Formats: sequence, C-alpha cells, structure tokens
Amino acid sequence: MYHAIVFLPLVGFLIAGIFGRVLGARPSELITTALLFIAAVLSWISFIHVGFGEGATRVQVAQWMSVGDLQVDWAFRIDTLTAMMLVVVNTVSALVHLYSIGYMHEDPHRPRFFAYLSLFTFAMLMLVTADNLIQMFFGWEGVGLASYLLIGFWYQKDSANAAAMKAFIVNRVGDFGFLLGIFTIFVLFNGVTFDGIFPRVAEFANARFTFLGIEWHALTIACLLLFMGAMGKSAQFLLHTWLPDAMEGPTPVSALIHAATMVTAGVFMVARLSPVFEYAPAALTVVTVIGGITAFFAATIGLVQNDIKRVIAYSTCSQLGYMFVGLGVGAYSAGVFHLFTHAFFKALLFLGAGSVIHAMHHEQDIRHMGALRRYIPFTTAMMAVGTLALTGFPFTAGYYSKDAIIEAAYAAHSSAGSFAFLATVVAAFMTSFYSWRLFFLTFEGTARWGHGHHTPSAHEGVEHDESGHDVEPGSHAQHEHGHDDHAHDDHAHGHHGSHMPHESPLVMLVPLLVLAIGAVLAGVIFHGAFIGEGYEEFWKGALFTGPNNHILETMHHLPGWVPLLPTIMMILGFLVAVYMYIIDAKQPAKLAADHPILYRFLLNKWYFDELYDAIFVRPAMAIGRFLWRTGDQRIIDGLGPDGISARVLDVTRGVVRVQTGYVYHYAFAMLIGVAALVTFYLFRGAH
Amino acid sequence: MLGFGILSGLLILPLVGAAFILTLRGDSEAARSNARWAALATTIATFLLSLVAWARFDVASASFQLVESHSWLTETIRFKLGVDGFSMPLVLLTTFLMPFCILASWESIENRVKEYFVAFLVLETTMIGVFCALDLVLFYLFFEAGLIPMFLIIGIWGGKRRIYASFKFFLYTLLGSVLMLLAIMAMYWAAGTTDIPTLLAFKFAPNLQIWLWLAFFASFAVKMPMWPVHTWLPDAHVEAPTAGSVILAGVLLKMGGYGFIRVSLPMFPDASLYFAPLVYALSVIAIIYTSLVALMQEDIKKLIAYSSVAHMGFVTMGLFSMNEQGIQGAMFTMISHGLISGALFLSVGVIYDRMHTREIKAYGGLVNRMPLYAVVFLILTMANVALPGTSGFIGEFLTLMGAFRSNTWVAFFAATGVILSAAYALWLYRRVVYGPLEKPALQGITDLNRREIITFAPLILLIIYYGVQPGPILDAFAAPTDALMNSVQAALATVKTAAVAAH
Repeated sequence: MYHAIVFLPLVGFLIAGIFGRVLGARPSELITTALLFIAAVLSWISFIHVGFGEGATRVQVAQWMSVGDLQVDWAFRIDTLTAMMLVVVNTVSALVHLYSIGYMHEDPHRPRFFAYLSLFTFAMLMLVTADNLIQMFFGWEGVGLASYLLIGFWYQKDSANAAAMKAFIVNRVGDFGFLLGIFTIFVLFNGVTFDGIFPRVAEFANARFTFLGIEWHALTIACLLLFMGAMGKSAQFLLHTWLPDAMEGPTPVSALIHAATMVTAGVFMVARLSPVFEYAPAALTVVTVIGGITAFFAATIGLVQNDIKRVIAYSTCSQLGYMFVGLGVGAYSAGVFHLFTHAFFKALLFLGAGSVIHAMHHEQDIRHMGALRRYIPFTTAMMAVGTLALTGFPFTAGYYSKDAIIEAAYAAHSSAGSFAFLATVVAAFMTSFYSWRLFFLTFEGTARWGHGHHTPSAHEGVEHDESGHDVEPGSHAQHEHGHDDHAHDDHAHGHHGSHMPHESPLVMLVPLLVLAIGAVLAGVIFHGAFIGEGYEEFWKGALFTGPNNHILETMHHLPGWVPLLPTIMMILGFLVAVYMYIIDAKQPAKLAADHPILYRFLLNKWYFDELYDAIFVRPAMAIGRFLWRTGDQRIIDGLGPDGISARVLDVTRGVVRVQTGYVYHYAFAMLIGVAALVTFYLFRGAH
Repeated sequence: MLGFGILSGLLILPLVGAAFILTLRGDSEAARSNARWAALATTIATFLLSLVAWARFDVASASFQLVESHSWLTETIRFKLGVDGFSMPLVLLTTFLMPFCILASWESIENRVKEYFVAFLVLETTMIGVFCALDLVLFYLFFEAGLIPMFLIIGIWGGKRRIYASFKFFLYTLLGSVLMLLAIMAMYWAAGTTDIPTLLAFKFAPNLQIWLWLAFFASFAVKMPMWPVHTWLPDAHVEAPTAGSVILAGVLLKMGGYGFIRVSLPMFPDASLYFAPLVYALSVIAIIYTSLVALMQEDIKKLIAYSSVAHMGFVTMGLFSMNEQGIQGAMFTMISHGLISGALFLSVGVIYDRMHTREIKAYGGLVNRMPLYAVVFLILTMANVALPGTSGFIGEFLTLMGAFRSNTWVAFFAATGVILSAAYALWLYRRVVYGPLEKPALQGITDLNRREIITFAPLILLIIYYGVQPGPILDAFAAPTDALMNSVQAALATVKTAAVAAH
C-alpha cells in the first residue's frame, strides 16, 4: 500500500511528462488527478490504521548506496508523523489537481503543469516517508526542483524566471547547512538512518565536536546546522526572501507548495528529529527565537501589502514561525498540529484567492477589487471560513492549534519562550487585522474595478516611485514594473474591468468546499489526539519528549487570562479592521501619510531584498569578474603561458603551418625523453 | 588472439579502424560517409569488447585482473596491461563516450573528415592505454601520446583562436610531463623496476617520496586541472570542436585523478599525507574561485569549462581525504562528471551547430521552439548542480562527507560550491532557455533531430540510473579502496613507529 501511495504520483508524472503531448491535455489531467485521489484515499486509510491502530512499520524498497560505514537505503519509515503528513500532502495535492483542471483550463501547457504537480507530490512523499537523512535530502531537493519548475511555469515572464531562480538558490543556502548537519550526524553516530540514530542520542548528550576550530556541544551544532536547512525550506527570518516572490507561480501551486506542504518541510524535519533536538536545548532556543521573530516580522509586512497572494504568502511565513515556536519550546505536537490544520485553511485561502483572481480576470491587486461578495458569493463564503480559521475564531481549526502554540510559549517559562509568547500574541492581533483587511477590501465596500476605474483606492495615499518600489496610485501602467505589483497571475492581465466578475466552475468550488470542511472540523476532531489526552496513544513515540519535558501538561494549568488572550487579540484585530475599512475608510491613508518611513519600511519588506542584493549578489558578481579578468587573465595567464608564448612565438614566426610544427616539436620532446630513458637502461644494463 | 588478451584487443581495435579509414581513397562524399560509418562501427565494437571485459571482471577482488605481459624495451620494462576496480570503470567510460563523439561529429566536421576520425580513434587507444598500463613507462607513453591527437583536434578542427588554445595546452602539459619522466627514472633507480604492482608494494624513503610526489603532482595537477594551472582548460574547451570538448572533459581530465589514485596516493603515502593540506587548499580555492568566475562568463562553453574545474576540485579534495567516502566519492565523481559534462558539451554543440555562436547573449527563449532540448538541458543542468537523484549528487555528497570527516573547514568552504553551482547553472539556464523568443536569428531554430535524441537518451538514462542505483560503479571501487586504505595505513603506522623509536 505504501508503495502505491508514494509511487502513484511518480507514475502520473511520467505519464503526463513523457506522453503528455501525445495524450493531450484532458487525459493527462484526468490520469494524474485520478492517481492522486487514489493515493489520497489510501493515505487516509493508513492514517487511521497507524494513528489509531498498530500500523507503524518500515518498508524497504531498495538499497541506494553503500560506502564504507555509510549504508543508505530507499525505505519508508511509517509512523504517526509520516501518516499524518501523507494525509496532508495527498489530500491537498489531490484537491489542487482537481482545482487546476478548472483554473488552468486556458493554458496551452497543461500536461506539463500536471506533470510538475505530480512530480512535486512524489518528491514530497519521499521526503516525509524518509527512513534516513539522505533520502530526506533527496525529497528535500526534489521538492525544491518542482518548486523551481512551477514558479517558473510561465517562463516567458522574466519576473517568474527570476523568482524561480531565487527560490532555488536561497533554498540551497539552507541546504548548505543541512548537508553539513548530515555530515555531523554521520560522524557522531556512524550512520544516517533514524533507527540507528534515535536510540543512541542519549549517549551523546554531553559529547563535544570540533567544527571550524571551535569545540561545540555536538548535538547542538548538529541541530543548528540541520535547522539552517529548515529555515531555508520553511522561509524563516533571514532566508524568507524567496517565498513572497514565489507567488509568481500559478495560484494552485502557491496553495499546494508554498502554503500547505513544501514550506512545512522544515517543521516536519525538526519534528522528525525531535529525539535529537530534545537533547540540544540551545538549538531549541534558537528555533524558538527565530520562529518568534518570523511570526512577528512577516505579520508586520502582511499589514500593508496590496497583492492578494502576497498578503497570504506573508501570512504563511508568519504561521510557519508559529509552528517553529511550538517546536522550539518542546511542544512538538502543537507545532505539528498547527502544520496539519494550517494546511487546510491556508490552502483554502489560496485557492479562494485563485477563485477571486479567476473571477477578476487575473487582477491581483486588492486595491482594484471590492464589493465582490455580490458577484462571487460562494467564494466569499469560503474565504470567510478560511479567514475565521486562520484568525482562530472559536472552535475552528486555528483556534485549537494556534492558541495551543501561544499557550505553550507561555508555559515554557524561559526567556526565549516569553519572547516568543509576546511575539506570537502581537502577531495574532496583526494576523486578524490583515486577514480581515484583505477580506473587506476584496469583498466589501465599493467596487473599485470596471471601466477606467484604476485610480480609486490606494488607500494609503502615499505616492511612490520606481526606486521606492511603491506605486503611485492610479498609474496602472507602472504597476507592471513596480517591485511589489508585478505578481499578476498571468501575462494576460490588464484587461480587467471589461467583464463582470463571475463565479468559478464547479471543479474549482468543490475543492474549496472540502478544504473548508477541513478548516472547520480538523481542530475539533483531532485536537485530543494531537495535543490532548490521546497524545501517547496517537503518537506512539513518533514525537519524542525527554523526561523533563512536561510542557503539554503545564499548558493545561495556565492562568485563566492566557488562553483567552489570543481570542481577545483576534477580536481586536477584527474590530480595528472593521473600523479602518468599513466605518472610516479614510483612516488607512491618513495613518500611512502620518508615518511615511514606517510605512515604506513595511511595504518594502524591511528592505531585505535590497540588503541581500548589496551584500551578496553584487559582490559575488564583482568578485567573479575580478577573478576572471584579473586573476585568470592578467596574473595567471600573463605570468604563465602568455608571457612564455609571446617569446616563443617570436622565435617561430614565419612557420606557415604552425600547428603541425608544434606537434613535431612536441613529439620530438617526447622522443628525446624516451631516448634518454632507453639510454639510461642500456647504461645500467652494461654494469 | 596470438597470446594477446582482451585489453590488447581494446588497444588494437581502434587502431585497426584508423588504419582502415586511412586506406579510403579520395575525399568524395562516399569516402567521407564510409569514414564516419567505419569510425562509428569501430567505437561501438570497442565498447562491446569492453563490456565483455567488464563481464569477466571480478568486482570483489582488489587485485589486477585480465593481466597480460609482453616483453618490450627490456626485460624489466614490459608491455604489461591489467585493470583493477579503479581503472575498469574509467575504461568503460572511455569506450562508452567515443560513439557519442563520433555521432556528434557526423555533420559538424566538414574538412579533413578522414584525418579527424583517425585522430579520434588513435586518441581512444591512448586513453584506454593510460587506464590499462601496468608499467610506468608504458603509462607515461600513453599519457603523453594522447596529447598529440588532442592537440591536432583542437589545432586543426578548432575555432578561431585554436592556435592560441592548442599552444597553451601544449605548454602546460609539457611542463608537467618532463618532471614526471624524471620521477619515473628516479623510481627505477630506487626500486629497480617500473612494474606498477611491484612498485605499489615498494616502500620509498620518505624524503624521496616528497620529491617524487611533487614531480608527479606537476603533471597530474595540470591534467586535472587544479587551480592555478587551470587556465588552459577554458580556452581549449572553447576552441575545440564539440566532440573534442566531450573527450577533454569526459576522459582526459580524469587522467589526472587516475594518476593520483594509481601513483601518488598508494606509492607515496607519507608525502600524500604531508601535502594533503596543500591539495585541500588548492581544491577549495578551485571550487570557490572557478564557481565565481563561471558566474560571470559570457560564453556557454567557457562557463561549463569553469564548472568542470570546480568539480575536479571536489575530486582532488575527496581523494586526499583518505577515507572510504572521500576516495570512492571522488572516483564516482570522475565517472559521473564524465557523463554529465560530456552530455553538457554535446548539448552546447546542438545549439552551436544551429547558430554558430556560443555567446549566451545570442540566445534566450529557446524553450519556445525547442521544448525537447529544454528538457534535456534542464536535466543536465540539475545533474551539474548535483541534485539528488542524479549521479552528480552521489559524487559530490560523498566527497564532501569524506572531507568533513578529515577536516571540517575544507568541507565548509567546499560546500559553498553547492550554492554557487546552483547560481551559475540556473542563471545560464534562465538566460539561454527561458524567456520570450525575441531574437530574430532564433525564430527558425529547430528542436532536436533523431540523431541527437539517440545521442542524449542513453546519457540521461545513465545519469539518472546511477543517481538512484550507484551500486554497480561504487562497488567496483570498494575493494581497491579498502586495499589502498590498508596499505596507506600500514605505511603511516610504520612512520609513526619509526618516529616513536627515534625519540
């Protein structure tokens, strides 16, 4: 069964990828989608089997490599954590496949699109079923490849190509750490399989390891290096810059890869390695702090973005920060639970956004939307459900998982935990605000689209220029070039307003409905098993907690105001959004005008892209050019062959057939060598 | 076969083909066609014969196999051939790549067709000879003789600056080979033989080892090429015809690495240990330096040439880490790089044949008219950046792991190559393949034809197959690596005992 779950998407990829052009678009779509649905159903069966039965197992597929002590197999490690990820990946992927049949129906390259989607799913499944670190790395880079291909799916758009490249390279920065982490683990444990590592972690609790001349606590440095990989893949603070740009890809891709599954790979990795991280408290502190910073920082940027997809992208970034906070304070199951519920409501929000974009004929700027509720009521309702779940409205999914993380951060009683608590509480307020801002600007208020209706509502009212990356309200022509606003979902945009918004076809609405059901119910149904009384029975040791880790119990005995705080924040955020976007719509512009520096700082994403460009990209190019022109051509060649050859050419000038001349020289030199050798032998032989 | 074994057959077969082509008269289209087909048939036959050799080869054994020995210069300098786990895969790589070179030259070579194929077949003999020779003098002869056909191929059938490139190639290699010859003489003086299996068991005095190691290093480092003697390679690649580049990157560069594993490491273990930091430093510089240089290249072939230098940095780093992962990884990288870079140069040849330029700027948006080509180039690009699932990953991963075990600094700096390679390779791909097709000259460009598809299919299948199942190659390296490690460790142990005794 597990072979089927993992390899059916691969089969779909191969069929659609190799025979897609022969088969045609529709058969490719149907085959890949059908295979994914089969895999999804099997995943749910195995999830129930493993989570609520006795199904944990290891499935050997083949040997990969065997070099000295390094033994690596292709194998599946099936436990509750894996089974849960199988459900998340295959369910969302199947729904996204289905949705894409509608969303992409005008695209001429549909077989390629579906092949990529299936390839991604296969790589992601290899990642989550990995039995060892190297297979995990295979899946890790495989999803990176699929993400690269899908972000750059519309290869005619230069911005898409740039975003694809950026995603791959920034991820490689994380992988650099991941690789070194794998090596550290290998040197310590003399193996890379989880079965070989986990039981022996305690032996190394106090081991030291010298890395780069510094003696470290061995497990801490290993975990920190591995976490660097997680930061790249999960777009954490410092390595987050690729995720917003990744919105250049088609919207179903954003839902599947850049919200529900791939970006959670880092969270999965830390959870999978919880037996190791549990013995590296310093590393866990770093995880907590980075998670807290990301949750806060991404939310601040989300407050002012105007592209519907970018708002949700920053929201994803922020929510990933929450998950890491959960992991970092030792409440692994809370982090993983949020991963699980987040997959449903964030995929819902993205697919809903896709439905809006579809309705608006590829308009993505929420300043050019408004009053869409009357035209696309079903999408509006679904988006409302997603927003409620994200902001943590009582008894929706986010209410259980997000609040659990905030409580865990408080319960950690450490300085990192307190910091993370503060950051996540403030972020909860901002999450609620930007989510409702998005909702109101899109679905409520006055319609700011239609004939010649380009000017109205840069509500912030600040004038921006190209270099400031902001766009002057009203000059739509510039939007296409502005740094913020180039993320239109298709090259065929710009003719919005000529049609009325229309509701999407059924094939797109059904996935929304399914995900909405998940967003409402996933919390209620599963919170007992994931983080509550059913914890031990459900996880069966898949997540490891040390003997001194009592955080899940402490969480249930907090002062009464702590569990209430996130809900209060949620309500506050909602009220502020109502005030600013429904009651007094002039407020946002006024606020932005009053604080232009802060506003620009946020709108330009804390200037990270500019910073990295200045300290990494341009210097690398300058050094590269210097080494080439000066190092290779002037110094090495100048002192070496060119200098000599200039002299020799003087001598041989006049030789007409230069090339054969040199061969003779060369052959002659060799003959002299052989002759010398033979003479030498003869000389010796004579004695 | 008159007392000659299968390895002699591998050496003779291409020469027979070459002799046959020489007998062809005239320069008519028919004669050219005959020359092409004869060359193709010869290389395929050689490949099949090498498969027979592979079938008779026992992977589990660390000793030399298929050995044959004929009297030659003197009683002590014999014409001795044999292969072990290190050399057998390299022989296969050579014979496997040759038919692709012939196919790649099918239409693009238009003048002196017969001579061209003769040069290639002679080159094949010398390359196989290097990997099979079990006598140092014989090794030297093949090692140096191979340069002549390569020199001719660049100098006669090359691009505009072919004279400069071939001259540079000549200067560099001459420098190394003279020193190597002196070292071989010194070894004969000390050990009384040039027989490689005997020399492998011989213990050279530590002081002598240092000098011998340096002399061989001069030759092998140029061949690899290692920084800072690498600048001949980009020029040679740029000027060489496509098939010349394939052989240069695919096989000739491996002679340096093979030399290290056949001569330097096992025969001079003390000196190798002594110089390991030097090799590490040069390897790491090569990886970072040439990756940065590759980033800024404007010529596709030059970019790939620089990336080859970086990959060879991984090889030297792995070899001198002196543990299983490092050595086997380095050997694997050589094979895998032979396939990947060979295929990459072939794919550059595809568009060069159509547009007659290698300028990156001249391209852009090829995917619009060449979707198949875009797929092929994508897979090769990903293999070049060592994506897991391609053979490139296995080698890079193992060499880094080996280096990490012996020195974390080396692995740390070398691993930045993982980031940089992605940067230059993907940027190249973006500029050449992606984007709108706007340049007027490209409007009529055609996708891969059937001959090109046949050329790429086996290469790509092997690159992916060995990425998923590297066992067949890695296992061949296992036995000789163990033997090498044992002998090196034994040598190091005696040095240590001696040092203790001296105090």
